[in-house]
Amino acid sequence: MSMVDDALRTDSAAIASEMARRDRMAVLARADGKQLRALWTGLSLDPAFEMIRGPETGLATVRGRISGDGAPFNFGDVTVTRASVRLADGSVGHAYRLGRDQGAARLCAVIDAIVHDDRIAERIDRTLVQPLRQAQQDRDARRMAETAATKVDFFTLVRGED
Amino acid sequence: MYVAVKGGETAIDNAHRLLADRRRGNRDVAELGLDHIMEQLSQAVDRVMSEGALYDRELAALAIKQARGDMIEAIFLARAYRTTLPRFGYTNPVDTAAMQVERRISACFKDLPGGQLLGPTFDYTHRLLDPGLAEGATPETPETRAPEQARMMRVSDFLGQEGLLEPAPDGSAKPVPDDIARTPMTYPLDRDARLQALARGDEGFLLSMAYSTQRGYARSHPFAGEIRIGEVELELEVPELDFAAPLGRIQVTECQMVNQFQGSAKAPPQFTRGYGLVFGQAERKAMAMSLVDRSLRATELGEDLVAPAQDEEFVIAHADNVQATGFVEHLKLPHYVDFQSELDLVRRLRAEAAAGTGEAREAAE
Repeated sequence: MSMVDDALRTDSAAIASEMARRDRMAVLARADGKQLRALWTGLSLDPAFEMIRGPETGLATVRGRISGDGAPFNFGDVTVTRASVRLADGSVGHAYRLGRDQGAARLCAVIDAIVHDDRIAERIDRTLVQPLRQAQQDRDARRMAETAATKVDFFTLVRGED
Repeated sequence: MYVAVKGGETAIDNAHRLLADRRRGNRDVAELGLDHIMEQLSQAVDRVMSEGALYDRELAALAIKQARGDMIEAIFLARAYRTTLPRFGYTNPVDTAAMQVERRISACFKDLPGGQLLGPTFDYTHRLLDPGLAEGATPETPETRAPEQARMMRVSDFLGQEGLLEPAPDGSAKPVPDDIARTPMTYPLDRDARLQALARGDEGFLLSMAYSTQRGYARSHPFAGEIRIGEVELELEVPELDFAAPLGRIQVTECQMVNQFQGSAKAPPQFTRGYGLVFGQAERKAMAMSLVDRSLRATELGEDLVAPAQDEEFVIAHADNVQATGFVEHLKLPHYVDFQSELDLVRRLRAEAAAGTGEAREAAE
């Protein structure tokens, strides 16, 4: 096998792992703080960690695009809380979440750090991330179905007789 | 000479204590929780977020509670809170075409792909007060139906395909937009800065300005091309990650107003447009914003400047209700010394006028 093939394989593996990490972070960022804590408690994990940054709450300015797809413009701020942690083994984790729940942001950073260990990652994904993702998908599906029921079905009125 | 007048500390303390009491009201009535406000007065929450230029439902609910429901006071509180927080950066522009749609209508096309989705709307209600609600009714579970498609094409996308609609301004000329929250505004503004100011503008003011264009002051023959409400994803580029950090979702309302075509010797006629984008479910404001955005493009589109809604400085400088209330309400603060000097001046002028009349009479005699 050539070195180029090897490099490509490593690259695509890295991309896949990065996408998995992004996907996990997206689920954690959107997760309800209460449900997140409950699932975490159920895992009985208690890794030692130190805070590298935060948790701290600040603002991100939201951008839109003129007419939806044109030049960008700033249209308002959101509260965001971020945290970064380092575990005893040196693994580093980061978290960003809308809102001001600092405990949840810290917990998300810890989760982002411990999934560097593949065995723990599998368990976290199965017993914590997947239920959260399911809850989010269920909510989206329910809302879409509720919206779909308000779709207008037009019909044409036939006037006169023929 | 500046003379400081002190006093009133006890009166102020007691007034604020009285305010806290009156805000709470009758203690036999259950206290309002922030969750009640967030869940049951959600449109009030949306308005505070939009005009406070701060998306945080819980903070907006707190502001409404603290302000006793005085919306401009609540918006003021939200704005003041913003200044206490550090800034982490700018999100990537939201993609409204990827919105999880909760409502989507077009007044231009009956059969648009994805259909007309009414969502939770006040439209078509009879606007009759509901005594049942006063007694505390449990609503029926919403009806559901299998959704047809997740991604909703924007109406502007398929009008644009035929070249019937002017294209959106391209971002390549100005990839980094102005930020009126960080740099003072200087007129004339670019459209991006104007949209930022309109997005936080007072709903009532923008509504009146938009209404004036419909009544003939800068007519623009608008059609509601599309209004959509729903959730969009936010992501933030941060140095510690190789990808944009996903932040979660916010609800926004977008309005694409399609306006009378214009053509010239060089370009064939096509529809022009105005744009509105607002936090939360805020259809009235998004529509007003898009109408005013369009009227403020008068110079760019070579239209005659004949109406207040086309006057950028007039509209933008007066659209911010926090600035407006600050200046109007400052009049009630003590102006004793100012007024004393005015009083002296008026007395002196009157005395001079009286003496002058006397002199004139003497001269005539």
